[in-house]
Amino acid sequence: MAKDNQVLEEITSKEYEHGWTVNLEADESPKGLSEDIVRFISSKKQEPEWLLEWRLKAFRSWQKMVEPKWANVKYPEINYQDIIYYSAPKQKAGPNKLSEVDPELIKTFEKLGISLTEQKRLTGIAVDAVIDSVSVATTFKEKLGELGVIFCSFSEAVREHPELVKKYLGSVVPMNDNYFAALNSAVFSDGSFCYIPKGVRCPMELSTYFRINAANTGQFERTLIVAEEGSYVSYLEGCTAPMRDENQLHAAVVELYAMKDAQIKYSTVQNWYPGDKNGKGGIYNFVTKRGLCAGDHSKISWTQVETGSAITWKYPSCILKGDYSMGEFYSVAVTNNYQQADTGTKMTHIGKNTRSRIVSKGISAGKSQNSYRGQVHVMKRATNSRNFSQCDSLLMGDKCGAHTFPYIDVENSSSKIEHEATTSKIGEDQIFYCLQRGIDEEAAVALIVNGYAKEVLSQLPMEFAVEAQKLLALTLEGSVG
Amino acid sequence: MSAITSDIDLKEKIAQAFEQTPDRKNIQRTEALQHFQKLGLPGNKTEEYRFFPITRALEKNFDFDQSNPIESKIKSIYQFLIPDLEANVIVFINGIYSPVFSKVISPENEIIISDLRKAVNQNEAPLYFEKYLKTSADPFTALNTALWQDGVFIQVPAKTKVEKPVFILHINDAEKEQSICHTRLLVVLEEESELTLIERSTSIGTNNIFHTFAEEILVKENATLDYVKIQNDEGKLHQVANSLIHQSSKSKLNTFTLTMNGSLIRNNFNIAIDGENCESHFYGLYLLNGNTIADNHTVVDHIKPNSFSNELYKGVMDGNSKGVFNGKIFVRPNAQKTNAFQSNRNILLTDTATINTKPQLEIWADDVKCSHGCTSGQLDEEALFYLRSRGIPLNNAKAMLLYAFAAETLEPIKNTELKSYLDGLISQRLNKY
Repeated sequence: MAKDNQVLEEITSKEYEHGWTVNLEADESPKGLSEDIVRFISSKKQEPEWLLEWRLKAFRSWQKMVEPKWANVKYPEINYQDIIYYSAPKQKAGPNKLSEVDPELIKTFEKLGISLTEQKRLTGIAVDAVIDSVSVATTFKEKLGELGVIFCSFSEAVREHPELVKKYLGSVVPMNDNYFAALNSAVFSDGSFCYIPKGVRCPMELSTYFRINAANTGQFERTLIVAEEGSYVSYLEGCTAPMRDENQLHAAVVELYAMKDAQIKYSTVQNWYPGDKNGKGGIYNFVTKRGLCAGDHSKISWTQVETGSAITWKYPSCILKGDYSMGEFYSVAVTNNYQQADTGTKMTHIGKNTRSRIVSKGISAGKSQNSYRGQVHVMKRATNSRNFSQCDSLLMGDKCGAHTFPYIDVENSSSKIEHEATTSKIGEDQIFYCLQRGIDEEAAVALIVNGYAKEVLSQLPMEFAVEAQKLLALTLEGSVG
Repeated sequence: MSAITSDIDLKEKIAQAFEQTPDRKNIQRTEALQHFQKLGLPGNKTEEYRFFPITRALEKNFDFDQSNPIESKIKSIYQFLIPDLEANVIVFINGIYSPVFSKVISPENEIIISDLRKAVNQNEAPLYFEKYLKTSADPFTALNTALWQDGVFIQVPAKTKVEKPVFILHINDAEKEQSICHTRLLVVLEEESELTLIERSTSIGTNNIFHTFAEEILVKENATLDYVKIQNDEGKLHQVANSLIHQSSKSKLNTFTLTMNGSLIRNNFNIAIDGENCESHFYGLYLLNGNTIADNHTVVDHIKPNSFSNELYKGVMDGNSKGVFNGKIFVRPNAQKTNAFQSNRNILLTDTATINTKPQLEIWADDVKCSHGCTSGQLDEEALFYLRSRGIPLNNAKAMLLYAFAAETLEPIKNTELKSYLDGLISQRLNKY
């Protein structure tokens, strides 16, 4: 046991490896939030009138809303007037070639392990990188353009494809959907936009990297993916932030729109700064993610690996509107030290013969609290629908907690819903078995945790799976409860 | 807790009803009323009462002016008894103890059964009264504590096995007018004692009935309790029962709740496992039709290590009925080596029936084995086909399968007369399909 504690201490004292800052000159708005700030952001981005109106409408409804308190997380009151809502790395003009991008910025991405340079071509990923609040560079644009795929920063999309943005913005997550979505709708500064035309199978993985760099800023990005009839896209998202003592707010919105026969696969590896081992600092991650399976036979699949953030409040959901549409949710959430995660999904079955599948694996260590909160709602006309949910929790150490809050609401007699959940720790017998075969304790834990999370990790695209596996091993190596 | 605006009138009406209670000066009652006023009646935004529209029903169907419980003209209770079961019978009619119909057959040294109103002022009852069931936790517990009219105190002395079960019968007579009653129960099983307790509520007449229960049961070291609740009301019963069973070390508990009829039936059933090496079997069955709403909120709270709990609730929903299940399992930081299992299975027979289920696990200890599962579905097509291909008509085949589904929940019941009675009730209900 003494050894276990020692090992546990080692991990808990492990520092956050992405905790560096880069001296980028930033163009910032003053602190605080008001109609003027919303106007300031909008004019900074030279936005059309309709978008400004949309933001103001969102801002006004946000003012009337109250912060939701139902999640199983505790944090001090957020002062929304003490946050900088707009921070952009200073650049002369929009970069057209990579060589024009600020070299400091390139260094940032090299540190992150995502180089925007040509070498990335070998891995075949198109990257859109968002630093603080602004999208700085998008690769492989031309190649995608040949197929008619639009993949660019949100501001560019507003400039070049206003009709698409206008049509789909807020169609899945309305501006007044919830407190944080309304806040995001009012002040979002950038994000990614992706449009896959009819019948096109996107030839490469699309990827966005988010990073918060400047202090006191909040990041509010918005992602909108529209997949036309019969198209397919796989989208990756990664996030990191520097170490800071104060808490920073991240309130993003992701909207997915899948037409008939379309398929969207959305994967996230979230590694925001989780705070130090005493629970100081860290990112408050309040994210609204929702996908709409609008057409028949469409499919949306969410995969997430959540290892960072002081507080995670995130429920990637699917609205299964089209008949025979399908929603999937695969999640691994790891919490350590004083991290708190309240995450899960919401599957709303509206169309007939719709199917959904939920696999959630929670791992809690240290003094953290990890909650799964999910809803499966089968409406009256969603006949013959099917849902299977599985939520497992693994506890490491006796000071952490694992909680499960599944809501299951069924309104017709022909649907089948199954839900199961378990909570346990790594068995001494499992460890013993590995030791016996010459695998040391640390490797054994890594092996068991990877096996435990495999069902989710195997859903990730190759490049991400490797990173996610490493992340898991790093956060948890050697922790025998 | 969010109070909806119109419930202010209702709250005032209830407070006026309090002014007419004979014991209104009692400090526990006044405190409870304050708690009730603070908590307010639950609105549809109150998480715990989201699917249970009790406040609306109370507003619509009841006036709280009536002060005294109404007289009943019941001649016989024979039809409500369990055939062939020799038991100590305690009868409440419209919430008031009925000495005429009640009959204690166990010897005095085996069991103490007394009037709770008298007992709270003497003996040991005050030690346990309101000890674990907190009035601040639920508005209806508070309401009951403020307004309770009558109740029973049962104490089983140490090292005693009560041979004959105790059968508590609540009859609500709403033939002439509405009935509102608040009943209490306090049961103490001393060390190494054993008791079978059966509680049945039933009603007569077509007027509205509002009945609250507050029940506290203590099961001390090495004691064993079998507890069966039968909720088979025919009338327009609106019921909120708050029950708490407190288990000490090495105690054993078997419970079974059968809910069949009524308008709005709510059971808040909590088990606190406050001792090591306890065993709890926590079973329930709801067979609903018509417009019945049955809401089972259960809590199993593991406070001490090394205990075992197993919860199984099943439901069959027909007509426009609505089943609600919320099962919480808490495993506190100290409660290492806990094994806690929970399962909730539902069958919906029509498209107008609904089920809202929320199995909830909250775990703060690492060396535990906990699981929960819940399902909602329909009868297995293949099994139906199998039976029909052997010449069994569809209706019979359905009834057989539903019976097989439901009967599993009778498992913890040991008393044979009781078991066959319940078995009869269930198969009679399911045979009509």
